[in-house]
This record gives sequence, C-alpha cells and structure tokens, in this order.
Amino acid sequence: MSQQLIDAIADMREDEALALVEELAGSGAPPLAILNDVKTAMDIIGQRYEESVYFLPELVLAGEMLNQIMEVLKPSLAETAAEKSLGKVLIGTVKGDIHDIGKDIVGFMLKVSGFEVRDLGVDVPAPKFVEAVREFQPQVVGLSGFLTLAFDEMKATVAAIEKAGLRDQVKIMIGGGQIDDAVREYTGADAYGKDAMAAVKLAKSWVGG
Amino acid sequence: MDKQKAPLSAEEKLEAAFQRLLSPKDPAGNDLQFQSAEAKANYQASITRIKDAIQLREPDRVPVTVLPSMFPYLNAGMTVEEAMYDYEKCTTAFKKFVLEYRPDMHIGASAPGPGKFYELLDYKLYSWPGHGVAPEHCYQCNEAEYMKADEYDLLISDPSFYFRNFYLPRIGGAFEGFKMLAPFTSILEMYGLAFNFVPFALPPVQASFQKLFEAGAEALRWVMAMGASDGALTAMGFPNIIGGFTKAPFDVIGDTLRGTKGIMLDIYRRPDKLIAALEHLTPIMIAMGVSAAQQTGNPLIFIPLHKGADGFLSDEQFKKFYWPTLKQVMLGLIENGCIPFPALEGHWESRLDVIQDVPRATTAWMVDQSDMVKVKQTLGQNACLIGNVSSSMLKLGTPQDVRDYAKMLIDTAGKGGGFIMSNGAFFDEAKPENVKAMVEFTREYGVYK
Repeated sequence: MSQQLIDAIADMREDEALALVEELAGSGAPPLAILNDVKTAMDIIGQRYEESVYFLPELVLAGEMLNQIMEVLKPSLAETAAEKSLGKVLIGTVKGDIHDIGKDIVGFMLKVSGFEVRDLGVDVPAPKFVEAVREFQPQVVGLSGFLTLAFDEMKATVAAIEKAGLRDQVKIMIGGGQIDDAVREYTGADAYGKDAMAAVKLAKSWVGG
Repeated sequence: MDKQKAPLSAEEKLEAAFQRLLSPKDPAGNDLQFQSAEAKANYQASITRIKDAIQLREPDRVPVTVLPSMFPYLNAGMTVEEAMYDYEKCTTAFKKFVLEYRPDMHIGASAPGPGKFYELLDYKLYSWPGHGVAPEHCYQCNEAEYMKADEYDLLISDPSFYFRNFYLPRIGGAFEGFKMLAPFTSILEMYGLAFNFVPFALPPVQASFQKLFEAGAEALRWVMAMGASDGALTAMGFPNIIGGFTKAPFDVIGDTLRGTKGIMLDIYRRPDKLIAALEHLTPIMIAMGVSAAQQTGNPLIFIPLHKGADGFLSDEQFKKFYWPTLKQVMLGLIENGCIPFPALEGHWESRLDVIQDVPRATTAWMVDQSDMVKVKQTLGQNACLIGNVSSSMLKLGTPQDVRDYAKMLIDTAGKGGGFIMSNGAFFDEAKPENVKAMVEFTREYGVYK
C-alpha cells in the first residue's frame, strides 16, 4: 500500500498522483495493489463529498485522475477478473431531454461507490430502458430529467417497465432540476434524490449495501 | 454652478428609466396611444407596483407575474416548433396568455426565438425542434468544450478576436469563413491597410457573409414581430420591462465556453488563468446589459445564474471564483441605471450569506427552489424577491395547493413589500387553473392594508 499515492489522489494533487502511479507501475508493483490504493482514495473522496468538503471540481478531477491512471494500468490489468460489485444500476436521461451533467455525476459516484453502472445516455425512449432492464438486469434504475416535460416521460418509462412485467425486479429513483416528492408520486418512482450522494444512499439502501 | 451638466447619479438614471417606462413611446417616438384610459391606468399602476417592490416599499398590493418558457405556446395547442417558425402564431398565443392571466409585467414572446434564423446560422450550440429535439419539446443546450483548455491566453488578450475566429466557427457553420479574418485591431494606417482585406476576397469568407445577410434579415423579421407584439400589449396596459440579459462571468465560461467539466478542472489545473479570464469578461458583461437596456429602453437586466448553485462549488470556491465578478457585473449595471434581475436557478440556500451583500433596493432576484423564508431573512432584507411557486406544483398540484403556497409567500416574503409573486423557474407545462390560482389569489389576498 502506498499512503503517498492515496493522499495525492484524495488531496487532488493530480501531477504527483500520476507520477507516483507511473513510478510504482515501472518498479514492478502489482497493478491490483495500485488499483486498491486508487479505490481507497476514491472512497475518501466520496466520503469528503458526502461531508460537503468536496464538490463538483473535486469529483470531476477525481474522474479525470481515475481515467488517466486506468490508461497506465490497463495493459497489465487485462487478465484480472472483474471486481465484485455491490450491484447493478441502470441510468439515463429520459426521452426529449438531453441534459447529461447531473446524470454523469450520479453515474460516477455510483461507480466509485462500487456499483456496476450502465449509462444509456440522454434522450432515451422508454422501450430502450425496458430492453436494458431485461438484458442488463439491474437492481436499480435511475431516471434523470430537467424539464417539466420530463415528468410525463418518467411516468411513461415507469409504466413501460411495469407493463413489461419487470417492475418488481427493480427499484426506480429519479432526479433532476425540478424533481420533488410530488413528481416522484406522479411518476410512480420509488424515490427521488436531490444530489449524487442521495442516489448512492438510495442504491445502497435497496441492494443491502 | 450649472447643475444640468453634472453627470446623473445611478439613482437619477434609474428614476429616469422608470419615468420613461411610465410614459411609453410608439416606434415613431410619439406618446403611445393606449387602447383606453383604463389600459393606461392599469399599465401605470403595474409599473408603479413593480417599482415599489423593487425599491423595497409596500405597493398597493403584491405585484404578480408569470415567467414562462414554452407554456403560452403549448397551452395554446401548438408545438414549440410551430412557435419557433411561425411568428404570427407565436405572438398570437403570447397575447392570449397575457390577456388571460393579466400579469403586472411580462417578458414578451421572445422565448421560442426564430427557428429559421438558427437554421440559417447552422447553429450547433443548441438542439431545437426538428434539429435534434421533438417538435413539442423546448430547445436545449449541447454542452461541450467549445473553448479548449489551452486557449485562455487567446481569450484574455482579445476576447472579440477569440470569439470571431475561434468560438463562433465552432458553434455555427455560417461562421466558418471567420476563421480567415485578420484582427480588426491590425487596421491602423494607410500603409498596409489593404493586406487586412484580402480575406474578404476569399470564397469561404464571402459565403459566411452571404449567410449572415440572410440570417440578419430573418432576425429583423422576428424582432419586428416581437416589437409589434410588445407594443400592442403595452397599448392594452401590459408592460414588458425586461431590457435584455447578461451573465455571470463564471457561467459565461462554464456554460458555453469550457463547459461544466472544463471549468471544474480549470479550478484546479489553471486557476490563475480562469480568474484572469473572469476579470476580462466582467466589463464585457456589464456593457452587454447596459447596451441592451439602452436599446430597449427597459431597465431590468436578466442574469440567469447556474454554476454557483448549491452543490457545484465549495463556499471557498464560490467566494473566490463565482461571486466577485458576478457582484462587479451587478454593480456596473446599477451604476448605469439598470436593475440586475438575477435568477437563482435550483437551490441557493448555502450562498445566501454571501449574495446578500448587494446595495439595498437596487436588484430583483427570481427564486426557484430555495426556502423563501430563509431567502427573505437574508438577501430579502436588501433586495426584491420574485417567485417561488414551483414548476412541480404548477403542473402536478391543485389550485388549492397553489393558493395555500401563495398565501404563505405573501405572509412571509411579502411582508413589508419587496416581493413579486411568480413561478420560480421558467416552465413549459402547467395546469392553466393552477397558474390562474396563483395570479387571482395574489390580486385578492395580496392587497397591503
């Protein structure tokens, strides 16, 4: 374990973190050990975000550091078995709405919290959600939308999942600019969240994390 | 002493702007003919009411407005696409909307914008109906890194050159030829003058100008339609006092130049350049608002606030990167007789202690989902508040829900004046009876005794 690497990532010292990863990888440290340090650092970042010490700049930079580190480690990680995840979450912005930032942050926070995340992108029609629920078999579905028009599309998506006979298999959470509990009730979703940490808490509460 | 030669103070400029509003002119510059004496009285009463609220006095009653996005058009049974492409349909729907809800101020029929014009520009920054969005949906921004991370120095050294030669060609196909233009600041002396004009002989540049001539003609058609609509509504007694818009420098960079991801990274990777760019954009954003107010003759300058909301930045980051230049923009507007009209989109409760530091009775803030009682206790001691009936309530609630909420707002935010009843966020869909409940309840219950 390299405490130095963990601190560099968690304290947002990007250049130092990347140099350390290069150095460790070059000196023959096992990639899985480096990856474990990265994961420990990401947990600290998630914790600090939850405690309102960190905000978007830190999450975005953490995401960038993670991508760059994975680029370095990827060649030697190819054969490593996929890590066991807490559970699967399917996310996407509903049809007619192309806002992606909130959804991307939720996806990132779920990933660093240990979930396997599939992101369907933006402007996703209800049948595409249904198809992905069937195929990916998530425990949680997250619907994002910022427009008032998204209320109806969220409702239609929940109804389509219900109609396909898949409603009992998933918990559905919604989020976005104008979403509150009245919208949750209207759409038939199980819960709504105000920010990315709320989404992580909901997902964890549902999959027994 | 010749008093007439003393420059007007900010207060005098604003007072003059209100006096101009109270006696509107027609396009020929003559006193506008109101439809009736009643229309004139209503118009002047509305302006006076709004002025009192903004200057933190008790008006005769709480002023009320409705600030929609696509609601007037969708509610009239047309698609957003129709409202964007048929100016006649658009202004007819907006007139029907104003006559139905009779707000003390309105924002004009300009929200849909001219679809054909965006087509002629080959505009890429937004998707709109028929161009990446369904006919019944509102246009939406395509966020991307339109400004690269290594272009800060270019932006800082000559913002206009940077916009013309780098930014514009990325957000609109019609600007492609602008990449070839020489800086206008190179046009200095007779000697060498001609070199600067060679690009104008080149086909890509000429093609760009040709497209802009067409786009300009379309823009003019649309502006004439909007002006005629506003004029007709004024004659019927309904003022539009929006003078134009500007933005917080942080949002200029964070929304459409670097994008959210880009600016968040810049806070760590190049904070000094980011701050220098914010400072360079500040006088430009002041001038944008002031010149719009001069052109329209209306003092209220809308400032939609985005990336300073709760959750985006830490307190420290907000105080360092977001607030200083936003405050300077507002002070610059006030100095020039304008009324900054910032919209606190989303939640802003964690920012109230910082943003309440504005000159008293000079600004009006649209409040979306922040707790209005808390906002009144802080920012509301210094500034007029507008809002905050939620989009969710207007679409999903009942008229009674709306009346109950409006009562709470009048009893708290309305206390002592300084409050304008309104929805909190620009909305597309709502139950008409809910919008009506908000307006009618305020007219009855909102009377100050």
